[in-house]
Amino acid sequence: MSSIKLYPPKPEKVYFFGTCLVDMFYPDAGMAGIQLLEREGIEVIFPQDQTCCGQPAYTSGFHDQAREVAAAQLTLFPQDYPVVLPSGSCAGMMREHYPELFTGQPEEALAKNVANRVYELTEFLMHVCHIRLEDKGEPVKVAMHTSCSARREMGLGDVGPALLGQLDNVELVEQARIKECCGFGGAFSVRHPEISEAMVTDKVEAIDATGADSMITSDCGCMMNITGAAEHMKKDFKGEHIASFLWRRCHES
Amino acid sequence: MSHNQSAAQGAVKAFHPRVQEAINNPQIRANFRKAMDGLMDKRLAAFPQDDELQQLRDLAAAIRLRALSKLPELLERLEANLTANGVKVHWAENGDQACQIILDICQQKNAKSVIKGKSMVSEEMELNHYLEKHNIEALESDLGEYIVQLAEETPSHIIMPAIHKNTDQISDLMHDKTGTKRSRDVEYLTAEARQQLRERFEKADIGVSGVNFAVAETGTLCLVENEGNGRLTTTVPPVHIAVTGIEKVVENLEDVTPLLSLLTRSATGQHITTYFNMISSPRKEGELDGPEEVHLVLVDSGRSNIYQDDELLDTLRCIRCGACMNHCPVYTRIGGHAYGYTYPGPIGKILMPHLAGLDDAKDLPSASSLCGACGEVCPVRIPIPKLLVRLREEAVAGDSQHNDSGVKGRGSKRSTSESLIWKSWAGMHKSGGLYRAGTGAATVFRALMPNKIGAWTKCRTAPKLAASTLHQQVKARGKNGGES
Repeated sequence: MSSIKLYPPKPEKVYFFGTCLVDMFYPDAGMAGIQLLEREGIEVIFPQDQTCCGQPAYTSGFHDQAREVAAAQLTLFPQDYPVVLPSGSCAGMMREHYPELFTGQPEEALAKNVANRVYELTEFLMHVCHIRLEDKGEPVKVAMHTSCSARREMGLGDVGPALLGQLDNVELVEQARIKECCGFGGAFSVRHPEISEAMVTDKVEAIDATGADSMITSDCGCMMNITGAAEHMKKDFKGEHIASFLWRRCHES
Repeated sequence: MSHNQSAAQGAVKAFHPRVQEAINNPQIRANFRKAMDGLMDKRLAAFPQDDELQQLRDLAAAIRLRALSKLPELLERLEANLTANGVKVHWAENGDQACQIILDICQQKNAKSVIKGKSMVSEEMELNHYLEKHNIEALESDLGEYIVQLAEETPSHIIMPAIHKNTDQISDLMHDKTGTKRSRDVEYLTAEARQQLRERFEKADIGVSGVNFAVAETGTLCLVENEGNGRLTTTVPPVHIAVTGIEKVVENLEDVTPLLSLLTRSATGQHITTYFNMISSPRKEGELDGPEEVHLVLVDSGRSNIYQDDELLDTLRCIRCGACMNHCPVYTRIGGHAYGYTYPGPIGKILMPHLAGLDDAKDLPSASSLCGACGEVCPVRIPIPKLLVRLREEAVAGDSQHNDSGVKGRGSKRSTSESLIWKSWAGMHKSGGLYRAGTGAATVFRALMPNKIGAWTKCRTAPKLAASTLHQQVKARGKNGGES
């Protein structure tokens, strides 16, 4: 994290940027995120023209293309409301890399303006909404995997566990080498499949060894990677996005 | 990329087969996992207070940046002060020139035997090989380097060259090559090696060492080590040749203190090493020991090219502690040799493309999940993940703003097919309407990796597209989803 972040008071409205992975593969996580924000009395605006933050092209080195796509996203948040994303990775892209990507470009000021308003969902729920959760679910044992972007780029390693800690019937267990990458890394997982496989296999074994029923994460890339490998390895634990999990725990009877 | 190209480069340093081989080798996996876990624990224990660590990193980064910001001037001051102290300074544009300079000194001195302290720059320029070709024996005296040399290998780690071997393997090697009794007693093996080396020090005509910090203000060469072999290498033979990259210069002696403290703690968790050598001159009149001649060879090898670029310049801050590799989940899985270059791990991935050219080192920058563990521990705050992304961009010439960057091999990895895919991806994603119509990236993702979906499903189940997208679900609720 580049600097200490001061959090604003809870706003009346926010923009929600769902991210392309959530959009296509895990829309329930996006809906849960929106509902958690609405539960805090916030009006959630979902610009229908949103697509992708541009990160896949950016980390693949195609910065001209990343910039084109990112520039289109920059126009979607005209009012001075926070922009909330259910992903540390995409939030990191917008907050940390948009200003760099647009240095010397006509959109530079706008990119900085938007970047300063970007929050990862759990960060926003905890530090801006000061959310209070009441657990209505059955006792369950979970492990948390915080994405490397959320942990290192956004400095949010403590946030997910703190939110889970509010849930009385949830036992949070810690897997070995908890801070180690799961091996997703976007295109890395298919460009260097041997290394990625070695990393995700170790991650699955570590989580499985805790005896957790579920693996909770705030990033869908990690989830797709870890749960995909866990299924392949015929492990029992399931994966769930933290937004879906929090929403479900607060509404189960 | 053409088949010719891939075959030609593949024959020399094919990255993927090396990686696969390493990953399939349980001995390599176990040795590195165990060693890296230990090194991470030691580093953590050496920095009990995070505040102190972060302040020290700020200070060290500032010191290195200040030195780099006036590198030409500091190098001149270094040369002037060393020369005044009686040290002969040589400049080498590349490794071959540096080898030639050292060979010339050896030949002038009729040297037959060179003893070496640890030096990664000498590995970079393949000095041992060069000297041996000219019938001069080069013997490594650092224990790890000695083991690696016995095994006819290269270092797998910049600080711990033989970290890929466990005690049994070292015992077998020493038994086979030197007749040492097989043993699992590390003390015994070390004592044996020391004995073997001690005899060689006495016979050596020239000592060759590296440099950790070259102090411009005083003309002092600092050498950090644990075994005393550096002290012997630089004092016992009549001639000492130090060899280093031009970026190792710092302005003054005060700069060394925080850098040294960070170097040893980041590397091995030691608060101080057993030996810290400060070499300022050859033996002076009336002194009882020390070499009669001291030389410094300053090697460029592409470093000044990095120096031209404000962002890439950060690569040269490195003080070679190895913490980035100790904490790297990729390095931990594949070990140092799989990279195929002198400097492995994260620092190798950002340095080798400049030393060898991106056309040669094309697979290195992409071999990272960008997890950021390296950048988090780097004692001089090199933004390694950012530089990896920059080099990925250089490899495919993906940013028209950098077209004149001057990076060697810029655009060498660019292929028409991948460029087309990203152009169509951008076309679809810069328009909300087109994106919604195409259900977006899933289609493109498959197009991007037509032959690589197998790479995903080899160890994972395939992700399933949701029945309806988030866009559709929000719209169906009918509030705040259509217009902003």
